[in-house]
Amino acid sequence: MKIGFTLNGKNTFIDVDAARRVIDVLREDLEMTGTKEGCGTGECGACTILVNSESRLACLMVAAQLEGAEVTTIEGIERDGRLHPLQKAFVEHGAIQCGFCTPGMVMASIDLLSRNPEPTQAEIREGISGNLCRCTGYQKIVEAVAAAAAAKEKDGLP
Amino acid sequence: MTTVYRPGSLDEFWDMREKYGEALVFAGGTDLFVKLRALNKYPPVLIGLAGVKELQSIEELSGAVFIGAHATHTRLLSHPRIREHFPVLASALRSLGSPPIRNMGTIGGNICTASPAGDVLPPLYVLGAQVELRKKDGSRRVPIREFILGPGTTALTDGELLSGVWLKKEDSFTIHHFEKVGQRKALAIAVASLAALVTTTETGIVEKARFAWGSVGPTVVTSQDAEDALVGLPLGLKALQSIVPIVERSVSPIDDVRASAAYRKALAGNLVVRLAGRGREPLRA
Repeated sequence: MKIGFTLNGKNTFIDVDAARRVIDVLREDLEMTGTKEGCGTGECGACTILVNSESRLACLMVAAQLEGAEVTTIEGIERDGRLHPLQKAFVEHGAIQCGFCTPGMVMASIDLLSRNPEPTQAEIREGISGNLCRCTGYQKIVEAVAAAAAAKEKDGLP
Repeated sequence: MTTVYRPGSLDEFWDMREKYGEALVFAGGTDLFVKLRALNKYPPVLIGLAGVKELQSIEELSGAVFIGAHATHTRLLSHPRIREHFPVLASALRSLGSPPIRNMGTIGGNICTASPAGDVLPPLYVLGAQVELRKKDGSRRVPIREFILGPGTTALTDGELLSGVWLKKEDSFTIHHFEKVGQRKALAIAVASLAALVTTTETGIVEKARFAWGSVGPTVVTSQDAEDALVGLPLGLKALQSIVPIVERSVSPIDDVRASAAYRKALAGNLVVRLAGRGREPLRA
């Protein structure tokens, strides 16, 4: 099946089995390996991407669902070589240990901050409740998201 | 090879349904795609409902609210009519899955999956929800408790589609309560859950009560006996404890990987007892 969609702002066309999982399209076919696969059953959040600005799990989507969609992965959130405020905050707050959950955590946090620009600590924990970090670095991740939210407000960044 | 169709309207859907009788229909896909992959058995044709315009609406129509089958949990949770009139449903939705699962999963999907642990089901039972089932040439409405027949089985017949849910605006209950016990808070499949609607007098005497438990039987469990036994009593520890034996007789839980039958039975009663802490204020949505 021929499928056309926007991936990180670029028009993208693929010709794959319509039921091929989006995680496989991204990682295997398009070699965008930033998005990770953990459980493959929707329970770990490592494969979180944005589809039309909402968080989705790439392991529970099939290629046909991409038709006409605007997809953003971890590779697509920096601007002109400058890290996204959330990426910067994760680095600065030591919110990355092994790094495997990080792309999903960042994408889930983008969804959270787009709905709720000033989340409380509890709301941040709820916002990333679908993402598992097996290094258990949750405290630093929550601090990073809070810092990014505060910085965003200060700098007036989108 | 699988072909996936994504109709934009019900007319297009009926055409595809007729042409591909063997097709599997999916909404958010959060249950189906896990199953298909586990079995490694993909059907030749899948039909996705995300684009069907008639299945998206959430609207208020003369004393009732219609929820299109493809309304996602996230949309329902942020909808003022749902939060205002059906806090018991909003509360259950907040405990369902995780943010991305709620962005993908739909109310119609949760109903048709017909899991005894389906989080939206106990609230829909106590709210007296009716499901709208459409065919190419007509439609019928069925109470949710008659629609769900057992684990994974429903009264949906060939050529029928669950198009939405009807909820009568329910403002007469003073307490909307939902509580779920899982192995963790997020992404937890209910070990047991309780949706309850209760009305008390100014002095706290129970006038009416409705209970529905999840995960303690092959379908959601209700108990008219337990509800009747509570009427006329002051809503408090003593009255609630007095109906626990009736609750325990009403449920028929099983042992599984998440909990034992005995534990689930104890939970079903204890979840009712925990209503003692609820005042007359409606649940914050």
